[in-house]
Amino acid sequence: MVNHNLIDELFDSARGGDQRGLGKLLTMVERQSEVAARVSERAHRDAGQARIVGVTGAPGVGKSTITGRLAAVAGTARPAILAVDPSSPLTGGAILGDRIRMDNYAGSGAFIRSMATRGHAGGLSVAVPDAVRVLDAAGCDPIFVETVGVGQVEVSIATAADTAVVVVTPGWGDAVQANKAGLLEVADVLVVNKADRPDARGTRRDLEVMLDLGHQCGWRAPIVLTAATEGEGIDDLWTEIGRHIAHLHRSGELVHRRSRRRRGEVADRIKLHLSERVHQIVQNESGETVLERVDRNELSPAAAELLLSPLNPDNPPED
Amino acid sequence: MGEPPVNASLPPSAETEAPIRVVLAKLGFDGHDRGLKVVARTLRDAGMEVIYLGLRQTTDSIVAACEQEDADVIGLSMHNAGHLTLAPRMVQAVDQAGLDVPVVIGGIVPADDVPTLTDSGVAAVIGPGASAEEVVSAVKASVSRQAASQ
Repeated sequence: MVNHNLIDELFDSARGGDQRGLGKLLTMVERQSEVAARVSERAHRDAGQARIVGVTGAPGVGKSTITGRLAAVAGTARPAILAVDPSSPLTGGAILGDRIRMDNYAGSGAFIRSMATRGHAGGLSVAVPDAVRVLDAAGCDPIFVETVGVGQVEVSIATAADTAVVVVTPGWGDAVQANKAGLLEVADVLVVNKADRPDARGTRRDLEVMLDLGHQCGWRAPIVLTAATEGEGIDDLWTEIGRHIAHLHRSGELVHRRSRRRRGEVADRIKLHLSERVHQIVQNESGETVLERVDRNELSPAAAELLLSPLNPDNPPED
Repeated sequence: MGEPPVNASLPPSAETEAPIRVVLAKLGFDGHDRGLKVVARTLRDAGMEVIYLGLRQTTDSIVAACEQEDADVIGLSMHNAGHLTLAPRMVQAVDQAGLDVPVVIGGIVPADDVPTLTDSGVAAVIGPGASAEEVVSAVKASVSRQAASQ
């Protein structure tokens, strides 16, 4: 059984740079067990130092290459990358291939961890902040969180960073697309990657127009052109990220952002555990009995909810 | 002190259900990665999390990936006739790092070489013609043997 001493020992060795200890701690928070809560609590004591940069965008725009390059130019002793990829909804398995595009630039010495979404509803919105907290407490900085920008959870994870970088490529869409895309609104820094392809400038122009129409509150997202496989524009990108972080400090926005993130995380944790309760309830014997009555059309779904909901005070609490 | 309140209604630890995490790589100078890609898909479809490192890896890069990813097993694909040199080196590197991670080999390995490899600590050798089920069960068996030996 995992005890407090083991968790403390793992943190001590992880802070000293032991990659295996850090790897084990991340596994613990990823499994969302009671141990995860203890690891999270322990990490909370030492976290709060690292700069957290989210990188998101559609599949294939070059997020992993950019992230790997950024870690290499960050110039810190211990950058870390958390690369989130989807699990198959059918089998629960996943192919986590982001390292291929990152290890090529391993001059960074980055600690890279691949994380699968593992399908559990809302689980990711708890596991990722916990994993970031563990990396932070272990002394990693900066911490890059890379997610595919599809689905609200994935986007909200990447944007629950200090700085959210959104990556697009030339030809991804026109100015109208730029205006309707919710992903772009949350960008602190916009990247047009593969800028060695035709029409990178046109894409930049469309993005500028979108930014012109938006309301500015002290920060206008800069647009950086990169050709990440060649390493072009990466220094500029890192400079802009740094500028944004400086802006967060100067304006006091960092405090707001982090407080918003923590409040959101509290709600997400409650939601996750409630949804696990719901899962248990519909799977247990009395739940199945009610569901069978729904099958036979003796009960409406609304009536069944009243019978089963843990939020209905008439229902006995589950053990 | 410091113990967070643990919700008593939380489900028991999900550790037993956690998917197997497998690192797949080609070690050294060997460009034949078609087979490895098929294996990656096969293991994914069996519910495993495949950390795909791809071509031109070193024993050091594979060990580092195993540590960072907390992998349960390493799968190496070998088509360059270097298996008698490289596979034992991988096992040694894993041992030297103090990792308890089995090494499974796939690819073109003559049957005569299999005993030499297993003697040197390779957990399983999966030859050409193995079915998807055989690949999956060899990987699963190597992980559970390792867990049992601890």
